[in-house]
Amino acid sequence: MNKKRFFNPDIQDKVFKVFAICCTSLGLLTLVVLLIDITIKGIRRINWSFFFSLPSRHADESGIYTALAGMVSLLVITLLIALPIGILSGIYLQEYGKKNRFARLIEINISNLAGVPSVIYGILGLQLFVRTAGLGNSILSGALTLALLIMPIIIVSTREAVKAVPDSLREAAFGLGATKWQTIQRVVLPASFGGILTGIILSTSRAIGETAPLIVVGALAYVPFIPEGPMDQYTSLPIQVFNWTSRPQQGFVVNAAAGIIVLLLFTFILNGTAIYLRNKWYKKIAA
Amino acid sequence: MDSNYGTYKLRTRHLNLFYSTKQALKDITINISPNTVTAFIGPSGCGKSTFLRCFNRMNDLIEGVTIDGEVLIDDVDIYKNMVDVHEYRKKVGMVFQKPNPFPKSIFENVAFGLRINGERSKTVLEESVEAALKQAALWEEVKDSLNKSALALSGGQQQRLCIARAIAVKPSVLLMDEPASALDPISTAKIEELIYQLKHSFTIVIVTHNMQQAARVSDKTAFFFMGELIEFDKTDKIFTNPSEDATQNYITGRFG
Ligand SMILES: Nc1ncnc2c1ncn2[C@@H]1O[C@H](COP(=O)(O)OP(=O)(O)OP(=O)(O)O)[C@@H](O)[C@H]1O
Ligand SMILES: [Mg+2]
Repeated sequence: MNKKRFFNPDIQDKVFKVFAICCTSLGLLTLVVLLIDITIKGIRRINWSFFFSLPSRHADESGIYTALAGMVSLLVITLLIALPIGILSGIYLQEYGKKNRFARLIEINISNLAGVPSVIYGILGLQLFVRTAGLGNSILSGALTLALLIMPIIIVSTREAVKAVPDSLREAAFGLGATKWQTIQRVVLPASFGGILTGIILSTSRAIGETAPLIVVGALAYVPFIPEGPMDQYTSLPIQVFNWTSRPQQGFVVNAAAGIIVLLLFTFILNGTAIYLRNKWYKKIAA
Repeated sequence: MDSNYGTYKLRTRHLNLFYSTKQALKDITINISPNTVTAFIGPSGCGKSTFLRCFNRMNDLIEGVTIDGEVLIDDVDIYKNMVDVHEYRKKVGMVFQKPNPFPKSIFENVAFGLRINGERSKTVLEESVEAALKQAALWEEVKDSLNKSALALSGGQQQRLCIARAIAVKPSVLLMDEPASALDPISTAKIEELIYQLKHSFTIVIVTHNMQQAARVSDKTAFFFMGELIEFDKTDKIFTNPSEDATQNYITGRFG
């Protein structure tokens, strides 16, 4: 009965482990090399004036003031639009919606939407917001477009998080006389907060890094002023970086590298905060 | 008005329940007196949980369930005359097979029912939580760690916490669906002792697969088989001299 195997399971296990470690290291190594390269190129450009200078024809006078301001306003408006709609849709679909064929169709389509190339959203936004709604190439157009882009991610992750809450907790709440909304508000949402937060992190990171759809809906490459309202024109950090990399002068390449460092820091800080919050929350509920 | 008016806490009359087309309860009529412990026994799938859940309308949550007949608490038909099912559920506490504390602190678990009733006063909350935990025989073990997560408690403590949570809103009926089946013998003994104490304040219905447990804790026992109530009588009688052959066979372990 004892079948001879080339590898016994123990060795198989080790081989797989080594293989997995290799794959992980390869990914990490590439990332580290890129980060080091960018840092070496850009770090000397990072100082106060870089943050607080308007863009300019001269590389070493050029800064990311407008791009940062544009990015932050864009992000705030995007999240203001996408979070309530996305989270509530996710809750609705999971907790209230009937589980029939139509619901499954919607579910599949939302998952598909999360995978649609972002430039498609740009084209949709161009027609829908910029032209039809007449919002022009304003921050609002950009934010609406990004909101459409990240909403599927928020909906799907909210749904998953809410689904992961065991029914026994819902029963316990109902058994105590809680209404459906009380149950969702006091039991389901707190218990799924970590998962929902993860979705928000992912979608925010995505919104920060998006360039293609913003170019399509008309974010400008050169904006010598700070946006004052949602109808103003704007630029965003990735677009500024994109613009700089296409310049021939060496100085702008340094600027681009510095811009990338800032963008990365932004993402790291954001993700870091969210992960910190999530861990704190996990600790609270798991004793 | 019939002659039984006011005598019984819980009653059903000709109760039928269907999961879509499948009939799970068949023409069940039962009368349960106040401040007694009633045990529901019977083989797996005979409808004990389903029947228990009729008393707090938990079956409403399941799609495709239809019910006819009457379920009465204090002689009020809870399916016809009950305006607000949420208000009603507050009068009937439920304890489930697996302990299901909320991922909140011990205090917040017990305070949950009061909070959803809109209770805000800190003193009222603290007093009620303490009283409920004492009544559930858990106070001494947790009084110094009320702000710790309930999930850090042992299974037996969690189950007593769930009992405290259920009685904190002062229901008059306590429904328990195999409350000790996931617990070790010592925790089980504590729960049984607790049931004995709680009988003075509540009308208790308990589903159990453990014959000794039914014999130990209950005043009356109902034997169910294939969705029907076969026999309902004093526990002593059921376990020593049942009227029905099916009951006799079940309790002596010949089937089920
Ligand atoms: N949600 C449901 N949908 C359809 N049928 C169900 C559902 N819940 C229970 N049933 C069926 O109803 C019958 C009674 O189930 P119930 O859970 O009340 O049995 P039980 O006596 O509590 O069994 P156990 O001792 O295993 O807990 C079973 O045949 C079961 O398959
Ligand atoms: Mg059951």
